[in-house]
Amino acid sequence: MEGFVHSFESFGTVDGPGIRYVIFMQGCPIRCAYCHNPDTREFSGGTPYSPEQVAQRALKYKNYWGTRGGVTVTGGEPLAQIDFITELFAVLKQKNVHCCADTSGVTYNPNSAESVAKHKRLLQYADLFLLDIKHIDNEKCKSLTGAGNKNTLAFANFLSQNGKDMWIRYVLVPGINDDDITLGHTAEFIRSLKTVRKVEVLPYHTMGVVKYKNLGIPYPLEGTPVPTEQSVENAKRILGA
Amino acid sequence: MITENTKAVPQWEGFNLGKWSAEGEVNVRDFIQRNYTPYEGDSSFLQPATQDTLKLWSEITSLSEKERKAGGVLNADTSIVSTLTSHEAGYIDKPIEKIVGLQTDEPFKRALQPFGGIRMAEEALNMYGYEIDPSVKEIFTKYRKTHNDGVYDAYTPEMRLARRAHILTGLPDTYGRGRIVGDYRRVALYGTDYLAACKEQDKLHLNGSMTPDKIRDCEELSEQIKALKSLAKMAAKYGCDITRPAANAREAIQWLYFGYLGAVKEQNGAAMSIGRNSTFLDIYIERDLARGIIDESGAQELIDQFIMKLRIIKFMRIKEYNELFSGDPTWVTESIGGMGADGRTLVTKNSFRVLHTLENLGPAPEPNLTVLWSQRLPVNFKRYCAEISIKTSAIQYENDDLMLPEMGDDYCIACCVSCMRVGKDMQFFGARANLAKCLLYALNGGADELLLDKNTGKPLQVSPEFMPVTGDGALDFNDVIHKYENMMDWLAGLYVNTLNVIHYMHDKYSYESLEMALHDTNVRRFFATGVAGLSCAADSLSAIKYAKVYPIRNEYGIITDFKIEGDYPKYGNNDDRADDLAVWLVKTFMTKVKSHQTYRGSLPTMSVLTITSNVVYGKKTGNTPDGRRAGQPLAPGANPMHGRDTNGALASLESVAKLPYEYSRDGISNTFSVTPASLGKN
Repeated sequence: MEGFVHSFESFGTVDGPGIRYVIFMQGCPIRCAYCHNPDTREFSGGTPYSPEQVAQRALKYKNYWGTRGGVTVTGGEPLAQIDFITELFAVLKQKNVHCCADTSGVTYNPNSAESVAKHKRLLQYADLFLLDIKHIDNEKCKSLTGAGNKNTLAFANFLSQNGKDMWIRYVLVPGINDDDITLGHTAEFIRSLKTVRKVEVLPYHTMGVVKYKNLGIPYPLEGTPVPTEQSVENAKRILGA
Repeated sequence: MITENTKAVPQWEGFNLGKWSAEGEVNVRDFIQRNYTPYEGDSSFLQPATQDTLKLWSEITSLSEKERKAGGVLNADTSIVSTLTSHEAGYIDKPIEKIVGLQTDEPFKRALQPFGGIRMAEEALNMYGYEIDPSVKEIFTKYRKTHNDGVYDAYTPEMRLARRAHILTGLPDTYGRGRIVGDYRRVALYGTDYLAACKEQDKLHLNGSMTPDKIRDCEELSEQIKALKSLAKMAAKYGCDITRPAANAREAIQWLYFGYLGAVKEQNGAAMSIGRNSTFLDIYIERDLARGIIDESGAQELIDQFIMKLRIIKFMRIKEYNELFSGDPTWVTESIGGMGADGRTLVTKNSFRVLHTLENLGPAPEPNLTVLWSQRLPVNFKRYCAEISIKTSAIQYENDDLMLPEMGDDYCIACCVSCMRVGKDMQFFGARANLAKCLLYALNGGADELLLDKNTGKPLQVSPEFMPVTGDGALDFNDVIHKYENMMDWLAGLYVNTLNVIHYMHDKYSYESLEMALHDTNVRRFFATGVAGLSCAADSLSAIKYAKVYPIRNEYGIITDFKIEGDYPKYGNNDDRADDLAVWLVKTFMTKVKSHQTYRGSLPTMSVLTITSNVVYGKKTGNTPDGRRAGQPLAPGANPMHGRDTNGALASLESVAKLPYEYSRDGISNTFSVTPASLGKN
């Protein structure tokens, strides 16, 4: 089996606990307007690796991980290659590596037995999920990402019901999801989950803009300012971050 | 003096005596080991700067501002040649200065130091609008030879060519070699009279056949003794009697600083580092605190004012020199912390105080505060280092776990990475050979890729004519390696011989008599070579091996460019295919250096070190097979080429960590920037 990898980061410090080896998977089914890795979105491209090859690369850095660190898969949408990720995590778990997946949950289809089974299998090996909630309102989520939030919210409930730890991540974008009503609804949803260990508010930034220029694609949030410190604090307060 | 019962020395009251206090012994390490107090607590004891310190610092800040406005130099001596006793006492603001002593009689007035080379001294003055006194110029051209003149009298044509082509770069042949660190603590612990008496004793033991080596030893010892006496005269101008040991913390800092001040009055060296003093001084501070002579605020005041003095060490240098180093560095490196051979940490409260100056006075590049980092350092000290690094980005870190087994627990760092046992080792600084350019020479049989011969108008042949690469097919890795090894053989030999000339002449015409007076007479000497362009050369070899690299020739048939087909592994990604080539380069070049005879029986070492000069070296290096364009910078030190390490920080660091320290004993540097946010979240 092969997975398509965009790139590797040997010193990840912001995607999960501790120091982590981060694997950026190629390809994503949704199109978030604020995406800062547009170069990982297309499914064509990437470099093929076997799970063993990726694990071997990661394990070179085991000494740095201590008791908290480990491996995080992100992307792109890593669960778009869920079979590969499950296999990779299975290999890593044999070496007692802490495994984490950074996902939007969009690949989880509660109405498909096959999808549920696949995600259930992944849960055997994954220690933690970083779950992005893009927008609590289904319609607004569609216009922000091209996809509704039903799968994401269902995946959150699925993790909660299966007792799997998750961190909720919320990219705060001015004028899109930073109003108190949206934040309040989101907080309500988060409170309904039993296994949320942390909530992270990630202030929208423009560091990805240059990638859009390089790729020759228009930047959807042209002109959107970064959130003010107060608005970030407000979101943190409401979401319980 | 030597016969007196040293145990009765009143200034040593309260210290544990031992080997260090026995008659005829000079042993600062033993003094430290028997008397220091390891500190594992946190930084909460630290005190802010006193009013006097703040006032003095603001006066210095305004002088710095004036100096900037004046174009970089505020004032310069044009007629007084700097010696230990050439100037009367100078002050910034005498009533509030706790630690005194300036390089000349006024703050920010730069000294005239022509012993390294009169032309350089004159040129530097001219660049800033000063004229050298004609009589000084006459003395140093007609009657007194300089280091620079000596070197050029002995250089062979080949050495001049290699220098002109910059395959050998930054050689200390027109300026002071520096990198020698006197054990300035000895002045405080023993006083100059005892030190001079010990040197007299050493001189008595130099008997037997008067070979040239022995004659030189005798002459140098006499110079050292004179220097110690001059140092005492210099201190006397400030009303201090350093012929005797220091009696308290203020005196200990003052005596030590006088030792260093004497060194910088005598030498305008490329790097004038100060050693490993914090823990030594802590012993005096602890004694004074226990005696109730000072409080913590007073202790911090002494350290703040000492560091302030080190911040304003200045030399008169040409503008190109400052461009080479991107500033006006003096490399006043102070080594802090580390572990002891017995397992106790050498961190003391004073290690904290010295770092705390970065908070009290604000960040500054000098002195170059260097933490000797060990995994075993007390966690509170590690935390404080991290805190100060985040606040100021002004701490350098070195690997104590790597150096301690080789150097023991009383070594210091000279310049940025060169380690030496304080007072027991010295080094002959040798700048760098450019390995990237050497590879181009291997391809072109030693003809320079950029320079033309002034007489023939053809490419300048720098080495003897070696067999160049022929044909226009893709470069063959084995063929290139073979030619590269031959060219490195030539370069290593020429390099060592050039340095032999330089150091012979430096000893002869610009001997560091005071710094050497503060070393053991039977000193160990290192012959410190270095390489530049390591990652560029490694990537170039990788490109030749793993991609296809076609040579492009100019009208003279010289390879001046390359066409690269395909990709290749790059150094800096923890990929053995590329990293092994960098390791091979370090081992191979060092092995070749070692095979040559070095001046004064010195031990050859090598460094992979350039902090900023890699930019200038890159300007003198043509297109390279890795795709780097002519004139573009080489990477600093052992760094991967800019932007080629694409697997994150650990992969990059792991590549660098593969370089064998045993073959690069003078040190390996890696310039590494991180934003605090990228180190994670709280």
